[in-house]
Amino acid sequence: MAAALSIPSDPPAQPGPMAYANAALEARDLACRRGERLLFAKLSLRLKHGDALHLAGPNGVGKSSLIRILAGLSRPFAGTVERTGDIALLDERLALDTHLPLGRALGFWARCDGLDDEAAARIAERVGIDGLLDVPVRYLSTGQRRRAALARMAGRGAAIWMLDEPLNGLDAASTAMVEVLIAEHCGAGGIALVASHQPIRLPGMARLSIPDYAA
Amino acid sequence: MTALWAQVFRRDVAMLLTGGRRGGAGLPVLFFLAVAMLYPFAVGPDAALLARSGGGIVWVAALLAAILPLDRLVEPDLDAGFFDQWAIRGLSEEWIMASRIGSHWLTFAVPLMAAALPASALLGLSGEQVRVVMLGLLAGTPGLAALGVMVAGITAGLRGGAALSGLLIVPLAIPLLIFGAGSLSSGGEGGIALTGAVSLVLLAIAPFAAGAAVRAARD
Repeated sequence: MAAALSIPSDPPAQPGPMAYANAALEARDLACRRGERLLFAKLSLRLKHGDALHLAGPNGVGKSSLIRILAGLSRPFAGTVERTGDIALLDERLALDTHLPLGRALGFWARCDGLDDEAAARIAERVGIDGLLDVPVRYLSTGQRRRAALARMAGRGAAIWMLDEPLNGLDAASTAMVEVLIAEHCGAGGIALVASHQPIRLPGMARLSIPDYAA
Repeated sequence: MTALWAQVFRRDVAMLLTGGRRGGAGLPVLFFLAVAMLYPFAVGPDAALLARSGGGIVWVAALLAAILPLDRLVEPDLDAGFFDQWAIRGLSEEWIMASRIGSHWLTFAVPLMAAALPASALLGLSGEQVRVVMLGLLAGTPGLAALGVMVAGITAGLRGGAALSGLLIVPLAIPLLIFGAGSLSSGGEGGIALTGAVSLVLLAIAPFAAGAAVRAARD
């Protein structure tokens, strides 16, 4: 009875339209320095709910650095970042215990993020890892690991998705799945920021070419 | 926040107990027992000599055993991206390190203290000496755990970090060793109290030092 009366504090498992209505991400005059090199400068961007942005450019222009700055994981050389809403981050690192079966490794983050079993199972099915939950993470292939990381990220239920090269190692079918997943997130009012050197097809996605801001 | 911390602590304990592919909590304990077993072989079965020096050997063995888990305390999770994922969830590095000190103590020091009983028997310590050794370990191992996490955090991400951390922890642990092993000859309370005091100082600074080190490694 208590459970029925309690007010859910986490975002709903299946967010309706405009579930993340307050989400916003704004950066002003960012500059990033790596060692002696200024990677980019005077970079500003402004994203509100429902926006998707493709950070484009060849390797080494600072896509990952920009994502880490926007996520608050590293400090910009200059400029400010303002965020409203939680972040979910997907980068090249898995952040899953490789000796555990995939289901249990994901279960840790599900508990951290307050994700219930049903929603977790739904996400696992969406990204196509529902048949792999008993397999230890270290036996997974590159593409399967990628999809597992996607499940971890999506399960966070955050308003702002930051994806660093989400398409690396994915086949055509999985690439399409990722595109649909991002489109749905933005459709629900979330923000998606995708750094990729590969083309990514999303309706209404803006494109920011980082080499344009090279110092 | 508290719920997230509790999940992290739970995972820390499980990870340090089983160790994944890096050897679990059993390894340092076996190493500790092996040193206690080797010592009588090396110096001979002179019971008086063993009883006189045995307490110090327990302390040296504990210190050396503390080096073994250092390489899996911080670095694997830093490499795998766990710290970044916790950071975006708003859990500060200091809290993570506090959790890790607690879980490291539980999975390293508690089994070690259990193993100190058979080790004391191997070295022929008297009942009174066993009591002082156990109390000393109880006072000293929290500091040893804090020191371990601090050194592991500082060396995480460095080339040869594992070897370096072993070298770093030895001189830093000398105060614990002096007061802990010293309590055996001076008859107890004063030495144990000083060991506890060193532990408290280390416990107070370690989460901040290790947390700052991990943040610095990120930039």
